[in-house]
Amino acid sequence: MLLIRCPFCGERSEIEFRHAGEAHIPRPLAPASLSDAEWADYLYNRANPKGLHVERWRHVHGCGRFFNAVRDTISDFFVMTYKLDDQRPDLAQLAGGQRR
Amino acid sequence: MTACRLPHGGRIDRSKRLRFQFDGREYEGFAGDTLASALIANGVHLVARSFKYHRPRGIVAAGADEPNALVTVMRDRARCTPNLLATQVELHDGLVAESQNRWPSLAFDLSAANGLIAPLIPAGFYYKTFMWPRGAWSRLYEPRIRAMAGLGRAPTLPDPDRYTRRYAHCDVLIVGGGPAGLAAALAAADGGAQVLLCDEQAELGGTLLAAGDATIDGKAAPSWLSEIIVALSRHDNVTLLPRTTAFGYFPHNMVALAERVTAHLADPPQNQPRERLWQVRAKEVVIAAGAIERPLTFPGNDRPGIMLADAARIYAARYAARPGSRAAVVTAHDGAYRAALELAACGVEIAAIADARTGPDGPLQAAARAAGLPIRTATTVTGTRGRQRVSAVELSQLASSGSETIACDLVLMSAGMTPSVQLFSQSRGKLRWDDALQAYVPGTSAERERSAGACRGIPGLQAALSDGYAQGEAAAVAAGCQAGAGRAFAVSATEPAQGGMPGAAAAVRRTRQPAFVDFQNDVTAKDLALAVREGFRSVEHVKRYTTTGMATDQGKTSNMNALGVLAQVTGASIPQIGLTTSRNPYTPVTFGTLAGLARRDLFDPVRGTPIHGWAEEQGAVFEDAGSWKRAHYFPRAGETMHDAVKRECEAVRRSVGLFDASTLGKIEIVGRDAATFLDRMYVNSFSSLAPGRLRYGVMLRESGFVMDDGVVARLGADRFHVTTTTGGVSRVLHMMEDYLQTEWSDLEVWLTSTTEQWAVIAVQGPNARKVIEPLVSGIDLSPSAMPHMSMREGRICGVPTRLFRVSFTGELGYEINVPADYGRAVWETIYAAGSAYGITPYGTEAMHVLRAEKGYIIVGQDTDGTATPDDVGLSWTIGKTKADFIGKRSLALPAMAAPGRKQLVGLLTVNSDIVLEEGAQLVVDPRQGVPMSSVGHVTSSYWSPALQRSIALGMVKAGRARVGETLHVPMPNETIAVNVAPSQLFDPAGVRLNG
Repeated sequence: MLLIRCPFCGERSEIEFRHAGEAHIPRPLAPASLSDAEWADYLYNRANPKGLHVERWRHVHGCGRFFNAVRDTISDFFVMTYKLDDQRPDLAQLAGGQRR
Repeated sequence: MTACRLPHGGRIDRSKRLRFQFDGREYEGFAGDTLASALIANGVHLVARSFKYHRPRGIVAAGADEPNALVTVMRDRARCTPNLLATQVELHDGLVAESQNRWPSLAFDLSAANGLIAPLIPAGFYYKTFMWPRGAWSRLYEPRIRAMAGLGRAPTLPDPDRYTRRYAHCDVLIVGGGPAGLAAALAAADGGAQVLLCDEQAELGGTLLAAGDATIDGKAAPSWLSEIIVALSRHDNVTLLPRTTAFGYFPHNMVALAERVTAHLADPPQNQPRERLWQVRAKEVVIAAGAIERPLTFPGNDRPGIMLADAARIYAARYAARPGSRAAVVTAHDGAYRAALELAACGVEIAAIADARTGPDGPLQAAARAAGLPIRTATTVTGTRGRQRVSAVELSQLASSGSETIACDLVLMSAGMTPSVQLFSQSRGKLRWDDALQAYVPGTSAERERSAGACRGIPGLQAALSDGYAQGEAAAVAAGCQAGAGRAFAVSATEPAQGGMPGAAAAVRRTRQPAFVDFQNDVTAKDLALAVREGFRSVEHVKRYTTTGMATDQGKTSNMNALGVLAQVTGASIPQIGLTTSRNPYTPVTFGTLAGLARRDLFDPVRGTPIHGWAEEQGAVFEDAGSWKRAHYFPRAGETMHDAVKRECEAVRRSVGLFDASTLGKIEIVGRDAATFLDRMYVNSFSSLAPGRLRYGVMLRESGFVMDDGVVARLGADRFHVTTTTGGVSRVLHMMEDYLQTEWSDLEVWLTSTTEQWAVIAVQGPNARKVIEPLVSGIDLSPSAMPHMSMREGRICGVPTRLFRVSFTGELGYEINVPADYGRAVWETIYAAGSAYGITPYGTEAMHVLRAEKGYIIVGQDTDGTATPDDVGLSWTIGKTKADFIGKRSLALPAMAAPGRKQLVGLLTVNSDIVLEEGAQLVVDPRQGVPMSSVGHVTSSYWSPALQRSIALGMVKAGRARVGETLHVPMPNETIAVNVAPSQLFDPAGVRLNG
């Protein structure tokens, strides 16, 4: 079973973690100022790429912290994990450097 | 000496005679036999009836690739294992085995009549036939077809054996203990690696267990093998696991192994598990899984006595069991010549070697000619004879029209070797088609693994040893260990065999005899051609339509032939057709092995409250609420559930009741910004809640729908005691953590789950205060000092308490929070103190009725994730001046306030004795045609003791505007008329709450 590297605890098996949707989508600071279409887009539309994807994960059966990850949706392998405050990685660069 | 036992040779232990039974007859064998080899030594070839046509079948292979010989082994009534391969069942004294799928007997099976209607039941027949008349399917066809399906019978008693589990880490895991695997182990051990080697057979050695007169480093193969095993066993860092199948390859080099610990023993020791599951995390893996021989696909290729050439050779060489007396060899591969030579040396007459190839000419052909074996090239098989044992083959020249019938009682067939790439494929590695080998071999790895020897298309003993050693060394180095000293192996053995073809033998003439591709699922070459004619092109579709490769053997002997036939029929090449995915398990795994210790009481964790034991002693009937056990009702002698619930409800409203609410979720929320945080999470305004007060909180999802509810207590400026529904607490806590960590990390708030820290005892009823007052100290319980929806800290029975004045019943009531360890003692004290008032314990059913009488919703029962606060009459909970909260923006979407939304209402049946069914649909016009349009459904329904009639809650389109209207509930046997009423049916003004 997949090993995932929690930025706080190190490598743990996948059953300790919970997926938490696409990353880098902050809650709008002023929801009232969004149109209905914009709000619905925030609520429901998410990317579904074939390839590298940025996601939130939580080490729910461990330290309980949320963190971000880049996962390859084809192979299911994690390319990297990083803390919430870290900068969003350049996926194009990551994809180019990948072994498979 | 049994009829077909060779006088010398083999690895059986002739000093240990064993007795066993097959289909009620007694036979003799030796230690070291499998059930299959012992049966063959006794001249028994008919061992099974095929799945669909019930054709007589015999033993085809010598290992895990066996497709036909499925048997049931019975140790006792509870230990009865069906669908075991006779080729893998180790013989022990007293073994009792039976054939399957036949009635009344193996020799005379009535279902063989299926063969007469074979043209009506080709692959996929059930998609096209047995459809008329319509009623006949469920009454006649399906029960009959279902009764005929299946192979063995499942045991009916629980499995009494123990199964355990181990976790292991190692540097190098080696799958396969044949020459390649053993050489890899030597290399890795030399390099200082922690090595784990597993092999599915009882003895390590693989092909070395029947190596003929091969020598390695000057020693005969058997001696070399014994020495190597001793040398490996001496290494502290090497673990050898025979009888252990690596059945699943999981991400990041986790490999699952099933170790058979005691099933092969006549008298298994009580203190050992029957099987053991290993979950191994290896830094590096070497797959040395070998190769499997392919049957030749020719008409009539499934009679007992027709077996794989190398298997026949192994029965003679390893088990000293002679599989027949006069053999015909039909082949497209050199390996069959080796089998012919070795069997001839044991006294089997080789009547003919029919080679489908035109000009095979190698050392094996030369040796066969030198031994005087008759060879016919460019010759194929066009039919066979014999009912329960093959009696003859019909050979035809490819070029001419002549044919020749050869009498025989044994047919050796070989269409070549297929590298075993199943585990590699499971690891998601990419396979590569090797045109020269006509085989799929491992291509690019997806994990840290490598294959060695025959399983990557490198045949022969010399190559297996060298390649194995090289791969083992590479694995050890990659794992961070040393390179080995290096080893060369001087091998003298038969040259590796050449040749092989996938697909069906050339059809020289039309014949009615079926050419089987998948023996176990009775799939013929004609079925595959039929699938293509019917438009199935993708190999995934053909596989599922014909079921080829889908039996318990997972196509080990049939997948490549099926691809070959498809290539022949469509004109495409095999790589164009593709290959289906290998999935775990590689061979069937006992359920017990997967379950391990998680059975019966340990199957699912059960949560009980501190008061659970008391409720059990009182004879409470329990229900499941998630993982919790909750008392459903407390029946007295002679009471039905209805009687008990009625009595409990009446007692609460008349005097006082006692309820265990400990399962409710609780979260302690602390910090400078706690109130701000709650304002954002809930619809309510919590910053305006004074310390010592309670507020009923409603939580929405960001989509605006009700997610959870619960009473929140403010203990101080920076401290809240939040409650949630029993089933929702982890969801709520997870959502709170999400927002706190990822959105509002600037807020100073800490969340602690306290569900199991507090026992919660609800005392509800007009006499509630009178019951608890004498027990409480430090709190003024008078109505003015402690109004409804207030909270005080103090002591009860001398124990700290957070005392809530709150009610889910609509009566004067309290929820008493005490530290969980005091829960039962406080409960018992209150129960004793209340006896003067007839205090009555009540369960969750009475609790549901009492709250429904008041129109209080239960999230998840009256709501379904699509209800807004207004839909369920909770607009009043929303804080008017809050700028934002989770879900607020969504409530402003047009659809969320559209007319016609389902709204919570009460439902009173016109005939007050009828209790509606929860989930029942409501319609306006009961006489409309089907399908009717529903205007709503019943969410909660009970008999109400307080109102002396049935009551219900429901969600109805524009429900509140329909109050006073009559709607109808169409049920299978009747249509029930109901009047729409307000949802608060009992004491709507709430007078009783303020007692």
